[in-house]
Amino acid sequence: MTAMLDISGLTASIGDKPILKGIDLSVPAGEIHAIMGPNGSGKSTLGYVLAGREDYEVTGGTVTFEGQDMLAMAPEARAAAGLFLAFQAPIELPGVNNANFLRTALNAIRRAHGEDELDAVQFLKFARAEMKRLSMDGEMLKRNVNVGFSGGEKKRNEVLQMALLRPRFAVLDETDSGLDIDALRIVAEGVNALRGPNFSALVVTHHQRLLDHLVPHRVHVLAQGRIIRSGGPELAKELEKNGYSAVLAEAA
Amino acid sequence: MNAISDTGAAGFLARFAAMQGRLPGDSTLRLAAANAFRSLGLPGATRGRRVEAWKYTSLQALGGMSFRAGAATAPAAKGIVFVDGRFQSGTEKNFARFADRADFGELSWPDRDPMAALNTMLAEDGAIFQIPAGIDAGLVHLTHIGTDGASAHPRQTIRLGAGARMTLIETMSGSGCYLHNPVTEAHVADGALLTHIRIQADAPAAFHLATLYVAVAAGGTYDGFTLNTGARLTRTEIHASLNGPGAVAHLNGAQLLSGSQHADFTSVARHAAPKGTSRQTVKNVLAGQSRGVFQGRIEVARGAQGTDGYQMNRALLLSPDAEIDTKPELEIFADDVKCSHGATIGELDAEQIFYLRSRGIPDSEARAMLVRAFLAEALDPVTNDTARELLEDAVARWWEGQAA
Repeated sequence: MTAMLDISGLTASIGDKPILKGIDLSVPAGEIHAIMGPNGSGKSTLGYVLAGREDYEVTGGTVTFEGQDMLAMAPEARAAAGLFLAFQAPIELPGVNNANFLRTALNAIRRAHGEDELDAVQFLKFARAEMKRLSMDGEMLKRNVNVGFSGGEKKRNEVLQMALLRPRFAVLDETDSGLDIDALRIVAEGVNALRGPNFSALVVTHHQRLLDHLVPHRVHVLAQGRIIRSGGPELAKELEKNGYSAVLAEAA
Repeated sequence: MNAISDTGAAGFLARFAAMQGRLPGDSTLRLAAANAFRSLGLPGATRGRRVEAWKYTSLQALGGMSFRAGAATAPAAKGIVFVDGRFQSGTEKNFARFADRADFGELSWPDRDPMAALNTMLAEDGAIFQIPAGIDAGLVHLTHIGTDGASAHPRQTIRLGAGARMTLIETMSGSGCYLHNPVTEAHVADGALLTHIRIQADAPAAFHLATLYVAVAAGGTYDGFTLNTGARLTRTEIHASLNGPGAVAHLNGAQLLSGSQHADFTSVARHAAPKGTSRQTVKNVLAGQSRGVFQGRIEVARGAQGTDGYQMNRALLLSPDAEIDTKPELEIFADDVKCSHGATIGELDAEQIFYLRSRGIPDSEARAMLVRAFLAEALDPVTNDTARELLEDAVARWWEGQAA
C-alpha cells in the first residue's frame, strides 16, 4: 500500500537546538494517525516542519507527499498540493477581514489547481453552507481574522478553513486543547466530514478525549524528537490510563 | 519682465521685492514676514542657527532652486480648483477668494515659522470659507494643482460659527517640479464641527510644505486627517489649540513613502482649557530608502484640568534602507490629566506571513494583504463615507504604484 505521506529520518533544529532527531512515519491514504507525547517532545515542531515554517531548519531526512519532495516546496505550494496545518495557536490578523482572508486562500488554491476563482457571492454561499454544517455563527465572517476571538472560536475558525480548503492531508496541532465538549465535537466533525479514501490526517493531541470522537487507525508516541512506540487505538487508552512514564521507561 | 536668477531664499525675497506693490492685504504684515523670512531662511539650506523644530528635515534641496509665480491653468476638477495657488474655477455658497478679501487670520507665527513667513510674504490667493452659526455647509471639495516650475503659497482661512458644520476635502496633485506652500487657519467656534481631510498626492518631484493653525472653542471639534503619498519632500506642520472647555482635536494621518521620499509630520496639540480631548494616530509605511519623521507634542497648560490626550506613531518598514525618526513629547502643567503617547516601529510579522502562506496564499500576496491591513487601520478614524472612499482610492493607487 502506498503512503500518502512518508517521513523518513527527519531531523530538524531551531537555531542550534536539535528538536526532531530522526522521525520515521508513514501515513497511508485514507488513514488517520494520532501523535501523542509529553510536552517538549517535538510534536508542534513536526507540524511546522511539514507546513514549511522557515525558522525551523531541516537538517536531514526526507518528506514525500504523494510522490513529491515536500521539503523542496514553499509553504503555499504545500497548501496547494493539499496539506493543511491547523495551528495550535492561530495567528491574529488585525485589519484583515475573515471572509476576505478565507476567499483569498480558497481562490489561491483554486488558481493553483487551474480552477475558476469564486466571486464574493459564490464564496459567501459556500462559506455559509459549510458554517451551517459545522454549527458556526456566520458573524465570524465579518470579523478580523482571529482578532478578539475566544480560544474556542479560534480553533473553530481553523476547522472552518479546513472545511473550505478541503485538504488531502490535515495536521491538527492540539486543536482540541482548551475546548469544551461541544467545540471538541465540531473539530471531530470537521475532520470526519473529510474522511474518505483520499484523505489522511495526523492528529497531535494530549488527550484520549478527541480520539473518542475521531478514532485513529494508528497511534504514535513522540518523545525527545523520536517516535518511540506505535500501536492501534488501544495505545491511546493505555497512555490515558498509565501516563507516559511506562512507555518512556520501556524505550530508554 | 521680472527675471529671477536668485535661488532658494534669495529667489523668494527677490520675487517679493518685484511684486510687493501688487499683492493683496496688509503690506506692513508682509514686510514683517519678509524680514522674518530673511532672518529665518530655509531650514537646512540657509546658514544660521539650527532650529530644533526642523531637526530631522532639511530644505537644502530647495536652496538651489528657483520658482516662478503661478500662471498656468489646468483642466477643471471637482469643487473649487486652485492652480499654482491661484483660483481657477468653482463656486460655493460660503466661499471667497483671498485675492478679493485678504485675511491673514490671527493664529499664524510668521516670525517663528519660516514656512508661514514665506507664505505670508508671497500669498496671492487662497480659499476663504466662512460658515455662519448653526449652518451645515455639507461636503466641500477643494482641489490644488501644481505645475512645473511654479511655487504656490495659498493662504486659506476656514471660520465656522457656533454650532456650524463642514466637511472639507482637499486634494493636491500636479506635475513636474513645483513648491506647494499653503498656510491654513481653521477657527472652530463653540459646538461647531470641522472635518478636514487632506489628500496630498503631489508630483514625485514636487515639494510640499504645509502649515495648519487650528483653534477650537468650547465643545467644538476639529477632526483632521492628512494622507501624504506624494512629493519628494513633505512637511505637514499642525498647531492646534484647544481654547474652550470640552474642545476636541483629532490630528490623524498616514504617510506612504517609497524611493527617496521624505515626509515630516510635526504637530503640537495645546490644551489651554479644561476637559479637552486630543487624539492622534499617525501611521507610516516606508519602502525603498524613504524616510518618515514624526514629531508630536501635547502641551497641557496650567488649569487645563481633566485633559485627555492620546498620541501614537506607528511605522511599518518594508525595506532595510527605510528610516523613521519619531519624537513624541508631553509637556504637562496641570495635575489632573490623562495623557498617553507611544511609538511602534516594525517590519511585517513573519508569523502572520507564514500563516497566510500555509493557507496557499503566495508570499507576495500575503505581504500585500498585511500592508493593506495596516493601512486600513490607519483610515479607521475617518467616518465620512466620501472621504473614506477617496482615501482608500489614494491608498490603492499608491499600492499599485509599488507593485508596478
